[in-house]
Amino acid sequence: MSAIASATNVASGARFSGAQHRLLAFASLIALVAVFSLASPNFMQTSNIIAILQATSVNGVLAIAATLVIITGGIDLSVGTLMTFCAVIAGVVLTFWGMPLGLGVLAAVLAGACSGTLSGSFVAKLKIPPFIATLGMMLILKGLSLVISGTRPIYFNSTPGFTQISQGSLIGSVFPALPIPNGVLILFLVAIAASFILERTILGRFTFALGSNEEAVRLSGVNTDRWKIAVYALAGSICGIAGLLIASRLNSAQPALGQGYELDAIAAVVIGGTSLSGGRGTIIGTLIGALIISVLANGLRILSVAQEWQTVVTGSIIILAVYTDILRRRRL
Amino acid sequence: MFTRRTVLGAIGAAAFLCSGSSFALAQDKIYIPLISKGFQHQFWQAVKAGADKAAANLGVTVTFEGPDSESQVDRQIDMLAAALAKKPAAIGFAALDSQAAIPLLRQAKAAKIAVVAFDSGVDSDIPVATASTDNIAAAALAADKMAELIGDQGKVALVVHDQTSRTGIDRRDGFVNRMKQAHPKVQIVATEYGEGDHLKSTEITKAILQANPDIKGMFGANEGSAIGVVNGAKELGRKLVIIGYDSGAQQKQAIRDGQMAGAITQNPVGIGYKTVEAAVKAAKGEAVEKRIDTGFYYYDKSNIDKPEIAAVLYD
Repeated sequence: MSAIASATNVASGARFSGAQHRLLAFASLIALVAVFSLASPNFMQTSNIIAILQATSVNGVLAIAATLVIITGGIDLSVGTLMTFCAVIAGVVLTFWGMPLGLGVLAAVLAGACSGTLSGSFVAKLKIPPFIATLGMMLILKGLSLVISGTRPIYFNSTPGFTQISQGSLIGSVFPALPIPNGVLILFLVAIAASFILERTILGRFTFALGSNEEAVRLSGVNTDRWKIAVYALAGSICGIAGLLIASRLNSAQPALGQGYELDAIAAVVIGGTSLSGGRGTIIGTLIGALIISVLANGLRILSVAQEWQTVVTGSIIILAVYTDILRRRRL
Repeated sequence: MFTRRTVLGAIGAAAFLCSGSSFALAQDKIYIPLISKGFQHQFWQAVKAGADKAAANLGVTVTFEGPDSESQVDRQIDMLAAALAKKPAAIGFAALDSQAAIPLLRQAKAAKIAVVAFDSGVDSDIPVATASTDNIAAAALAADKMAELIGDQGKVALVVHDQTSRTGIDRRDGFVNRMKQAHPKVQIVATEYGEGDHLKSTEITKAILQANPDIKGMFGANEGSAIGVVNGAKELGRKLVIIGYDSGAQQKQAIRDGQMAGAITQNPVGIGYKTVEAAVKAAKGEAVEKRIDTGFYYYDKSNIDKPEIAAVLYD
C-alpha cells in the first residue's frame, strides 16, 4: 500500500504546483480580457460576455471529460464524435420514438458511459494504446452517428422543452439582470462535480495514481484495469452531457459535426496546465483553458481580425502558454 | 515573471493583429459583417472578393468569416453572435443550419439589424433578401449535358461533397431527379460523399470505377469532388465524361486539357457583390428585392474564355 501512498503523494505535490499554474493561467485570461476590452467597446458587454460563456459551454464540458482521461496518462480522441453520437441518440429517443424528455437525457448520458466503457476496455484489457483505441472509437462513432440519423440532422421540434437545457435561463428567471443560459450553468455544475470526484473520492485518487505510476499501483494489488475503465466511462458520460448541450443549443443533432472538436478540448486541457504525460491536472485549470480559447476566438472576431490571422494567433497563444508552463517547472 | 510574459504575449498578439488587419473601423462608415459557410475554398474567396468590391464601390466596410468545415454549425453560430455584438448596420448570413440560427436571427431583428441571406439562404422570414444560386436547376442542367454527351444511355455515378448541407442535397437531387425524369435510359450506379476533399474524392472515384468497368460518366458536385473525379480517372487511366461544378484553377485546366467535359459555374463574385449591395440598401431603409437570383452557367472548352463566363470563373 505504500506504493499507492507515494503515488498519491506525487499527485498531491503535482496538485500544489497545479495551483500555481492555475493562478498563472487565470492571469493570462484576465490579461486577454483587459486587452480586448481596451481595444473595442463592444467586447465588455453583457450580451457578448454571455455569448463567450455560451461558446465555452460545449468545449468546456468536453475538455473536462478529456482532462480525466489525460490525468490517467491516456488520451481521448473520441470526445468530439462521442458528443455527436450521444446527441443523435437523444434525437432517436425523443424525436423518432417520441419518448419524454427525461428518457432522452438519460439515454444520451448512458450512451456516453457505454462508449466510454468500451474505449476503456480496449485500453485496459486489450492493451491497445489509448491514442489508437480512441482514434478507432472516434471513427466508429462518427460513422454510427451518420448511419443512425440517416445522414440528416434530427430536429427536436416535437420536444419543446429540449432547447431549454442549453438556451433557457434558470438564473435569468431569478435574477433578470443576469440572463446566463442554462448551458453555462451546466458547465459549472459539471466542473464542480468532476472536481469533487478528482479531489475527494477514491476514483479521483486512483485517476492521479494511474497517471503517476500505474505499475506501482498495480503491484500493490489494485485492480488497475477496473479503475481505468471507470475513468473512461465517467469521461464518456460527461461527453453525453456535452451532446445534450450542443443538440439543445442547435435544436438539432447534427450528425456530421464533431470531428476536430477533440483538439480544441485537448488544447483547453493543456493550456489549463494538465500534463499530457499524466498524473497532474485540475478541472479549474481546464475551465480557464476553455475560457481562454473562447475569449480569444470571440475577441479576435470583435476586433474584425482577418480570419487567416485568427488561427495563427490562437496557435501562438497555445504554444506560449505551454512553454511558460515548462519554463516555470524547470525553475522549481 | 509569468504574468509579465503573458501580458507581453497578449500585447504582442494585439499588436500583431493591428498590423495584419483593418480593425480600426471608421465610425461613420456603414459596417456589414458577412458570416459565410466556409472560408478557405476558392469559391468562398470569390464570394469575399465580390463583397470587397461592393464595399469599395459603395463606401462601406465589410468583414468576411466562415467555419473551417460545413459541418461546424455551432462554430458558425458563435461567429454570428460575435458579429451581432459589434452592432452592425446589416449582416450577410449563409446558414449552415437555419433552425440553429433562429434565436440569434430573432435577436438581430429585435436590434433592427437587417439580415441578408446568401448562398444557400436561411429558412425563415427574418432575412429581408436572399442572394443565391438555384442549385436544383443548375444540377439538372448538368444532368442534361451529361445525358447528351454519353448518348442518352449508360451508367453514371456521382461524387457529392456531403449529404447534410443544402447545396449537397439540392445538387444531388437536382441531378438524380432530372436523370430519372428526362433520361430514363441513363442508370445512376453510385452516389458517394467525399466531404469536398480532393484526396477522399479521388479514392471514392477509383473505387466506383473499379466496381463499374462500363461506367460512362461521372458528376462531381463541387470543386473538391470534381477534382477528385478527374484525379481518380487519371490514376486509373480511364476515359469517361466528367462534369464538374464551380471553377478553380485545376478544374479550368482539366476542361482546357479535355479531361473534364465541362462544368456548372455559379456566380460567386456576384453572390458576394449582391449580398453587400442588398445589405447596404436595407441598412439605409430602402426597399430590396426579396429573391436575388445570382445565376449559373454551363461552361466547356468552347466558351471558357468568353468574357461573360471568364468573369464569373475564379482560380
